[in-house]
Formats: sequence, structure tokens, C-alpha cells
Amino acid sequence: MSAPILEIRDLRVWFGNPPDRVDAVKGVDLTVARGESFGLVGESGSGKSTILRALAGLAPTWSGTITVDGETLRGTARSKAFHRKVQMVFQDPYASLHPRHTVDRVLAETLKLQGMDDVDRRIARLLDDVGLGQGFRFRYPHQLSGGQRQRVAVARALAGEPALLLLDEPTSALDVSVQAEILNLLADLRADRGLTYLMVSHDLAVIGHLCQRLAVMQGGLIVDRLDAAALRAGRADSAYTRHLIEASQSYVGSAG
Amino acid sequence: MSAPLLLVRDLRVAFPTRQGVFEAVRGVSFDLGRERLGVVGESGSGKSMTGRAILGLVRPPGRVTAQRMELDGQSILNLPERQMRAIRGRRISMVMQDPKFSLNPVMRVGDQIVEAYRQQTGAGRATARTRAMEMLEAVRIREPERVFGAYPHEVSGGMGQRIMIAMMLASGPEILIADEPTSALDVSVRTEVLRIMDDLVRDRGMGLIFISHDLNLVAQFCDRVLIMYAGRVVETLAARDLHAARHPYTQGLLNSLPRLDAPVERLAVLERRPEWKDGPLDPALVDASMIDAFPGGVR
Repeated sequence: MSAPILEIRDLRVWFGNPPDRVDAVKGVDLTVARGESFGLVGESGSGKSTILRALAGLAPTWSGTITVDGETLRGTARSKAFHRKVQMVFQDPYASLHPRHTVDRVLAETLKLQGMDDVDRRIARLLDDVGLGQGFRFRYPHQLSGGQRQRVAVARALAGEPALLLLDEPTSALDVSVQAEILNLLADLRADRGLTYLMVSHDLAVIGHLCQRLAVMQGGLIVDRLDAAALRAGRADSAYTRHLIEASQSYVGSAG
Repeated sequence: MSAPLLLVRDLRVAFPTRQGVFEAVRGVSFDLGRERLGVVGESGSGKSMTGRAILGLVRPPGRVTAQRMELDGQSILNLPERQMRAIRGRRISMVMQDPKFSLNPVMRVGDQIVEAYRQQTGAGRATARTRAMEMLEAVRIREPERVFGAYPHEVSGGMGQRIMIAMMLASGPEILIADEPTSALDVSVRTEVLRIMDDLVRDRGMGLIFISHDLNLVAQFCDRVLIMYAGRVVETLAARDLHAARHPYTQGLLNSLPRLDAPVERLAVLERRPEWKDGPLDPALVDASMIDAFPGGVR
């Protein structure tokens, strides 16, 4: 096995100072192999998104070691090479695209920042790759549906030809039929480009569909690690995971 | 069947736009008895607009029309605001998606319940306070005294939604419209909030309109389901039969969901056909008497 693309050791993330300090992540170890699709599941406040934010340099106070493709990260500064290798797709495509920039400008700016040449041809290719096509190139975000916006966000993330995509609830703001399209797109892109995904979601079925392995988080800690097959079969070590699986499949519950 | 609590025939909501009139709801008809009626559809299908139209919450220039819209046999279509206010909250209540946006952030939770209750019933302060405490207990809040004096930011999302339910049911309405009441909640909290709502609605013999995009949730939680597409009800069926739905749109929605118990390589993608939007409704899928009320469905 080659070296893992992502290695996290004893990651702790906190916000604020004592006595108001909140410990969002309390010592997490995580290894993601190259080409793998890894899921982080948990309820709100479990620290799953905070891990992605720490990785991306969006959490100011953290300790531990994070190594991405051999590069050890420090503080919140990220090298140009890091941004080339790692990109993030956020939950809400309505909030993550600039309302006054056309799709063309969003992608052109990203490509220039990534130091790419041949911007015009690359934009055309990116739009084709995410299933939008040239017709969408000069539209503004308000002229796009939620699913189309999320496709633009994916295209922007792919602009620098990254190896690792951080996906923070990429489909939870979308309708189920549109979610299916985006999940298919993500699966295709991973197969075509050999991408690695680290995906955060509260939806076990979505993680079970797209990821091979997953970790379950609760209160800033990983309480369970399992693969997709075990998840589907309901074979979980911790009671919390079994509870989540049950709650996601039956709402009314047995006691009702 | 006894006379329905709520009767809706050929409900339409239209908004004038620069490109012409946009109809968000296009001829929706249904009866609501003392049951849990699910309304399912994607964003833009008109499901929330249907709920808002019943409560008279569509703002101008939006226009609401219907052949009939009756609460206990009395028309509630386009009532003057003063009369509508006597119905809103007192006879028909609504719980919205996110308690963060429904609760006043700078007012104590208890005072909000008291204010709403007094507004709806004209009760005195002391009575309203007692009632608010009772309701907080009814939604299984463990320390009602503490929560009564708390501000919305001091309570969790699940608790906030229980507070909303307490507020909305305090005056004993006949109908509760719940618009995505649990979409902003975690799965483990969701179950509890649903159970509380279910118990209260059942104990009081209320009618519940449960608006949701979540088919599985509705299948398990409701008695009957209306499937909406592009402003129309395209299929009506018993909730337990939802997985045997016959309309291609309903089937498409069901198939596009990833499932833990039935893994697939690729998810099915919904192909939207124009006839779902404008074609005649299928009398086998929608209650035939509802179609007779307005032949053709679309004008």
C-alpha cells in the first residue's frame, strides 16, 4: 500500500478561551488512503465539519498533526501546493457562490489563482465534466437551480485538478432527485480522475452509498469505525451507531 | 365519512411576474379529517404554498383563489385579515421548519407562549402562564420552569421545536399545519419531536397536515399522502402503500433515495415528463371526486 494521502494524529480543535472554551474535536486519529472515499458521520455538534475546517485552514486553534500527501500542515496558512491538492465543496450552494459573478468568472478566477493556462478551454471542459455544458457559462447563480449551483461548486473545486476533495454535506440542501444526480456525478468523477473523498454527512444512507469506510463521531470523538458493508448490515460496535442506524431507518420507533 | 374538518377544492395561488402570471398552486383539492395527511413534493412543487394559502399567509401580489375552502363548513377563503386572525392560531396553527427563525430571539420563551396564548384566547396573564407551563410539560420538557425563563439561543434545536409545538397547540386548535417540522433536526431528536407531536394530535383528535420532502418519513408517520408536482396533486394514496406508488413521479422520487438495505451502483435519476405538469390527472391515482370538481385539472 502506498503512503496515505491524509493522516491525522490526535487532532484537537477548540474555540474561545477558558472559561468559555468549547472543545469541538477532542483527539481524533484518521487515515485516508489514496483513491479512497471516506465518510464522517455524526449529529450536529459532533465535530465532523470542524475536522474538515481544520484541514482547510479555517479553524484558527488546533493541535495535533495533519499530514496531507507528505506535507505537514501548520496553523491556518496553507501553501499553494496544498490548495492545488485539496479543495472543498460546501453544503449550501446558495451561500458559496458569489451572487454577482458569472459562472465564467468564478471558474476563470479560480483557474488563474491555481496558475493554470489555457483558461478558456479548461472552463469549457470543466462545465462538460460536471454535466452543465457551455450554455451555463455566462449565467449568474440566481439563474441556476440548487443542483446546477452545486455542480458549479464542484467544477470550481475541480479546477486545480486536486487529489483530495473535502465534501461538507454536499447534498443536504438539495431535493432527493437532485441529490441522486450530484451523488452520481461525484461517483463518476472519482472513478474518472482517481480522486480521494473525505465526506461529512448526517445521512447514513448517503455515506453508505458513496463511501467505502466511515467513522462515526459523537461529542468530538470517533466512537466507531466501520466499512460500508458493516453499516448496511447494521453490524456496529457502539450502541450509539446502532441507534443512529435505527433512527435513520425508522422514525416512529418501536416505543411509539 | 363524517364532514371533513377542512375542505379544499381547486385551490390556486398565482403570482404576477414580468414573464406573465406564475401559478405556484394549480388546482389542489383534498379533504382533511381527523387524520395525519402528508403532503410530499420537491422544492417548488407548491406544498408549502398550499399550507400558507390555507392560513391566508400569501402576501400580495400573490393571489389565492379556490372553488371552495371551508373549515367545518364555513368558508375561510380570502377572509378579511381581522377574521382570519381569529382563525389563525386558535383554530388552525402552523409549525415551521426552523425554530431559530420562528422564535423571537430577544424575548423569553415563556413570555412568547404566554403572549401567543393571550392573543388567541384573550385569557388573563396568570391563566396563560399556567397554560404555558402545562404545555411545556406536555411536550416533555424536563425543567419547564427553567425553559420558561430561557431565551431561544439558550435552547437546542429539538427543544426549540418542542417549544413551537407547545405554543401552537396551547389554544387547542382543530388543525395543525406542520411545514417540514423536523428537517432542521438531528435524526435522534427528530424521532422524539415527531412522537410528541403525534401523541398530542391524536389525543386531541386534531387534523394534521404534514408537509415534507422526506418520503420515508411520511410513509411511516402519516395516514394518507398527497404527492405534489408542479403545483398539482398527481397521486393520493394511503401512507402504508407509498412504496407501491404507481405514478412515475412518485416512483422516481422513491428510487432516487440511497438506501442502506438496498445498495446500488448508481442512483436512479428522475426524468421529468411534460405530461406530469400539464397532462390530465389519472383518475386511478387521484380521488376521482376531486377531479370531477374541476374537469381537466388545469385551466
